[in-house]
Amino acid sequence: MDDDLVRALATDLYGTFPRVVERMGRRLYWGLRRMSGDHHEAEDLTQETLIRAYQALCGYQHDRICELKLEPWLWTIALNLGRNHLRSKSRRPTLVKLTEPQGVEDPEMVDGAAWDRRLNALPPTQRTAVVLRHVVGLGIDEIAEATGRPVGTVKTDIHRGLGRLRTIMEAETYDARA
Amino acid sequence: MTLERELAALVGDLPEGISEGVALGTGLADGFDYYESPIGTVVVTFNLTGVSGLGLAGDDWQTHFQKRTGRALLRAEAPRAWARHLPEAIEAGRPGKVPVDLRTVTPFQEKVLEVTARIPRGEVRSYAWLAKEAGRPSAVRAAGSAVARNPIPLMIPCHRVVRSDGRIGNYSLGNPANKLALLDHEGADPLWLEKLASRGIRFRANIRTKIFCHPTCRHIRRSKPENVVDLHGIEETVGYQPCEVCRPV
Repeated sequence: MDDDLVRALATDLYGTFPRVVERMGRRLYWGLRRMSGDHHEAEDLTQETLIRAYQALCGYQHDRICELKLEPWLWTIALNLGRNHLRSKSRRPTLVKLTEPQGVEDPEMVDGAAWDRRLNALPPTQRTAVVLRHVVGLGIDEIAEATGRPVGTVKTDIHRGLGRLRTIMEAETYDARA
Repeated sequence: MTLERELAALVGDLPEGISEGVALGTGLADGFDYYESPIGTVVVTFNLTGVSGLGLAGDDWQTHFQKRTGRALLRAEAPRAWARHLPEAIEAGRPGKVPVDLRTVTPFQEKVLEVTARIPRGEVRSYAWLAKEAGRPSAVRAAGSAVARNPIPLMIPCHRVVRSDGRIGNYSLGNPANKLALLDHEGADPLWLEKLASRGIRFRANIRTKIFCHPTCRHIRRSKPENVVDLHGIEETVGYQPCEVCRPV
């Protein structure tokens, strides 16, 4: 399915790119939203990622576009932009509002704030790996490509991240009973 | 529900505004917004390069824009870097600090429009003068069609371009009545201009300074009336120097 999209991109970038936004924008936004816990940051990063991707594609030859693994490539851009964002944020400290719903509704029946809190408790590499694997739905190879980390390390990150989430949730249940 | 399935349910819809932001940021679409002008509400289209079009609100400007550029249109705010200068550019009839996007016109047409943009407020020039100033004196018709296809009227003041015989001529933004209204608004009395044209007056000269000008040049208009003479053609300019500001020949 993505192969068709990439081939269409290579022949008609201008006409096809809106479909990339439609297809990938939603997963990019919600992945970034779960990693950052912040609507505005996720919104900025999603837009910036897609704009940078378009600008890069404008300079690519037909064959280079055809060889792209689109979603991992977009995530490489998004994660690099996110790191720079964090770096500029640490220079100018701002409050991270995890509890306040930030303008965009979570999917129905989901306590987004609770999940943001749990995911925020994970070390960054585990959080990124867990979100990419289970929220966004990327494969292990794709995550390895997007993050530039070895497959084995990605597997370990996901395993440990999920373990830690289970511990956090058990503690929540215990607190609720007490 | 397993932990994995709960995580998979954490994806919602794409929030509104993101795909629009991407379309504007990549240049796949232009933004548009409404502004007031001396002849009523106008629509201005823009992108990251600058202002790309201007039309009368209510006209079929959207179809024209899309036929000309092939790009989509989204209601948006103009780029912050120059948005505050836009109302003044429309009122004053010159781009000023507002960048313009003339990628849809030919290099000669762009040159003609650049020259047009320098015609001072309240003054008029002919198509022949435009062609000469754009570097191709014989291309009067081409200069005329460049002005007729001006994508950004008002801001690029093609209402200040009149026929070579001095008559007011046509106007692309709505109808000739708008051209008269704009000239009147700028203090260039259209009735006076038509009267000059009907009497065949092409230039006016100052008999003391020995300089001749376009009839609307601010230099000749500042001269004392008793020092000004009307000239009916280039043959009557013998003994006078052309004005360096309005460059009548």
